[in-house]
Amino acid sequence: MIPAPFDYEVAESAEHAVELLGQHDDAKLLAGGHSLLPLMKLRLASPSVLIDIGRVSDLSYVRDAGDRIAIGALTCYEDAHFDETLKSSCPIVAHAAGEVGDPQVRNRGTIGGSVAHGDPASDIPTIMLALNAEFVVRGPTGERTIAAADFFKGVFEVDLAPQEILTEMRVPKTSSGWSYLKFHHRAQDWATVGVAVVLGDGSNNASVALTSMGERPLRAQGVEEALAAGEDPASAARRAAEGTNPVSDPMGSSEYRRQIAPVLTRRALEEALSR
Amino acid sequence: MPAKIGDSLRRVEDVNLIRGEAIYAADVRVPGQLSAYIVRSPVPHGTIVDVDLEDARSMPGVVAAWRAADVIGDLGYMPIIQPRVSFEEAVVPYLQPVIAHDRVRYAGEPVALIVATDRYAAEDAGDAVFVDVDPLDAVISCAHAAEGDALFAEGNEITVLHAGFGPPVFDDAPIIIQTELSTTRHSGVPMETRGLVVEFDGATDSLVVHGSTKVPHSNRDQLAIHLGLSPARIRMKETAVGGGFGVRGEFYPEDFLIAWAALRLRQSVGWIEDRREHFLATNQSREQFHRAAIAGDEEGRILGLRSEFWADMGAYVRTHGIRVPDLTLSMLPGPYDIGAYEGIGHCVVTNKTPTATYRAPGRFESCFVRERLIDMYAARIGMDRFEVRRRNLIRPHQMPFTRELQSTGEPVVYNEGNYPKLLEDVVGRLGTQEVDRRRAAGERVGVGIAMFLEKSGLGPWESGAVTIAPQGSVIVRSGCSSVGQGLRTVLSQIAADVFDIELCDVRVEMLDTNYTTYGTGSYASRSTATAGSAVHMAAQEVLEQARNFAATELEVEPQDLVVRSGGLEVTGAPDLRLSFGEIATKLDPVTATKRGVLPGLRAEQFFHVKKLTYPYGCHAAVVRIDEETGEPRVERLILGYDVGRAINPMLVEGQLHGGALQGLGGALLERFVYDAEGNPLVTSFMDYLMPTCAEAPEMETVVTEDAPTTTNPLGVKGVGEGGLTGVAAAVASAIDHAIGAPGTVRSLPVDISLLAGASR
Repeated sequence: MIPAPFDYEVAESAEHAVELLGQHDDAKLLAGGHSLLPLMKLRLASPSVLIDIGRVSDLSYVRDAGDRIAIGALTCYEDAHFDETLKSSCPIVAHAAGEVGDPQVRNRGTIGGSVAHGDPASDIPTIMLALNAEFVVRGPTGERTIAAADFFKGVFEVDLAPQEILTEMRVPKTSSGWSYLKFHHRAQDWATVGVAVVLGDGSNNASVALTSMGERPLRAQGVEEALAAGEDPASAARRAAEGTNPVSDPMGSSEYRRQIAPVLTRRALEEALSR
Repeated sequence: MPAKIGDSLRRVEDVNLIRGEAIYAADVRVPGQLSAYIVRSPVPHGTIVDVDLEDARSMPGVVAAWRAADVIGDLGYMPIIQPRVSFEEAVVPYLQPVIAHDRVRYAGEPVALIVATDRYAAEDAGDAVFVDVDPLDAVISCAHAAEGDALFAEGNEITVLHAGFGPPVFDDAPIIIQTELSTTRHSGVPMETRGLVVEFDGATDSLVVHGSTKVPHSNRDQLAIHLGLSPARIRMKETAVGGGFGVRGEFYPEDFLIAWAALRLRQSVGWIEDRREHFLATNQSREQFHRAAIAGDEEGRILGLRSEFWADMGAYVRTHGIRVPDLTLSMLPGPYDIGAYEGIGHCVVTNKTPTATYRAPGRFESCFVRERLIDMYAARIGMDRFEVRRRNLIRPHQMPFTRELQSTGEPVVYNEGNYPKLLEDVVGRLGTQEVDRRRAAGERVGVGIAMFLEKSGLGPWESGAVTIAPQGSVIVRSGCSSVGQGLRTVLSQIAADVFDIELCDVRVEMLDTNYTTYGTGSYASRSTATAGSAVHMAAQEVLEQARNFAATELEVEPQDLVVRSGGLEVTGAPDLRLSFGEIATKLDPVTATKRGVLPGLRAEQFFHVKKLTYPYGCHAAVVRIDEETGEPRVERLILGYDVGRAINPMLVEGQLHGGALQGLGGALLERFVYDAEGNPLVTSFMDYLMPTCAEAPEMETVVTEDAPTTTNPLGVKGVGEGGLTGVAAAVASAIDHAIGAPGTVRSLPVDISLLAGASR
């Protein structure tokens, strides 16, 4: 469990990271390393170069940006979990960040790393999807923004070109109820199923997103439509697994995931409504 | 304060461990030490076409790269790992060679060995080894192994074990329940993986093996045979160990390969298993499938038990032979007075990692089967589960109770015990009213119970030596090694009790075969019962030596001397005393020779096991079920166990707690999963789910000393395994109760999808 040989570069800034990405084929960005390094130790990933962006200090921040909150990509889970701005203006992010892994993971792993890694079992991508977040991406020709709904493409597959780096996540300020519930076998495990609920201005206006229910984080469209049509949460939640085809793995079968997704969705809706 | 048997004293091991000063196998550094890496089969079954080492040999830092042909070329034969326990001839064709030659039979089987200047170079070279295997279909299911493609010319069924007693009852008993029950493959997963450093000592042309544990003497002898060396040229030294649980310390392929490399290169070589290797290469356990039945009358009297089961031995038979199915067979009837029993155990091979003993081997499995059957029977006749057990337990007046069975080649005799009392003690602690109230309010919560027998103090013998150094320190050695169980504390306490001294005045030496000529080892809950007894006997002998000398010196009769505060003093005249250190100092070679005794104070004793002891236990659980997701939450575990006599009650509780958490892992979380082609899917802690403190329930111990054993001088019964044995059975019982559907849980770990939406 020792990685194959690789070269190592330190990026001084986001621009520098983009420049270094341009200089190397088969390079990988290293942030907290909690997803990438285990893959490298198992030699499931063998990048020829690691570009360490962990020392780019100006990418770790949470800022009030008017109607939105800007989260720097290198903000670690623990900092997000205890951030006062997030706790008061977008508490679902602060809450979910505290539910990831264990304290060691939360002190090393980054919010941006989780988003860019694109693991459908991760919590943060689901939260971002439910919040209709926007991501800021820097590449050789400058910056672009992309909606969370368009960003996640498949398992470990996101809309990032080889020379691009994710620099910021922008989430809306939320004033109504929210919930993130996940089912896991042990406190530190990945979600067998996770459900994020962010209420709009009324109970018939909610966004609902699912973890581990497909190849990427998914919106539970059936639930959202049912709520919009005036159905009560309990009956709307029954549509949570609609159109999903989750994997079977040691954490749970596809059928089991489809069985409990509506349960967690109902509970998440009830919790959101009670907040 | 002088330490006494029965005191809850802190472990003497811990300061060193907590300070980070303990030396584990991976910490050992000897001059010129090289690093080894094992290349393993990537596929579960196939014919080896080629193992190409050319590229690997030319990589930087590589000292040697070898495959099976090199071992045969060097020795003229392929070493085959031999069972260290008694075994049947039938297992011989199934024993494991130290490296795969023409055939691989599990993913993870060694196919090549790289030795390099460091681990980095060794792993890079390992990556460059091309292993060309012509794949064969893999045999996965143990119940259907015999029908699959043959792993060996002799077929996939190694042997069939039979045991039983009593008349046929399954034709005409009033109640007969048949069912299928299974336990899934999991194992002991110590925090420290296996590892060893084999030091080549050119001056004496010998090997020093650092990091050996559990059974160093047996491993030394096996290694000597395979290498064609005299055992005198191999020295085994213990290091600190991060957990054993039965799997660590057996003789594995690497125990040969690393030593062979060191001998061949005439240079020291170290190897530490990484976690992925651990999940592929270290013994796994528990996988059994039972077709079982219980017969009884309408009044709660169990008339018979029966099981035909299939035990998955994995791809080879290792050092334990067929001990796990043998123990399953003999322990299945448990603590009950049952008139008839029939057990049939099929030992089969599959293309999975070989299996052997893991803490409570054969007991965890058989307890689950038996207690599930009893619960189903109770439900069928509409009788309380506790009451059915009450009516069938062996009573104290029936002791010693002889079963018409053999276990590990010995007759089965339960020497002592008060099983009904322990049941009542645990039921009393459990108190079912609170759960009844919650159930009445609609909550899905239930209580469960399981009773079991353990075994302890396995023979044939153990050594213990006590020396009092001239300055007064008491030095203890034994043939058992520390595997994290607190053995040094326990042996210190036993010796300190004899000499009336503090724990810190005793030093238990690390095992070193150069100093301890004879030893059996640490396994099967035997160390306290056997090494503890031997140390106690040796300490008594030293005390007599000191007493005789002091009596002459003080001019009194030996019986006028009493032990007090590390010395002997004359009864009624405490000023007339000699400390043990003074006696040891006075007994120098000149004085001793004049007195016609040996110099110093020292003795070595051997405790011979005439009879095994059978400790008994009762576990209870309270489990709440989330009715929609099926998620079980174990709220309480009550661990009742009779230890005969507790040397250190705190360590007894610690053993029970640790074992119970492993039992909980086996009940709910831990399992090795293979895909349909036989590829292992669980090779990291991401997928192997061990319970953490967040999953740990409230644990309460009910430790009784009702039945001290007469089979050893201390009256102690081993406690290494009894925290684990009944946990899964009790949790299963509680889950059934919570959802109001007896017999729901029939396989482990519990499939929670079966509980989701289940109705009461």
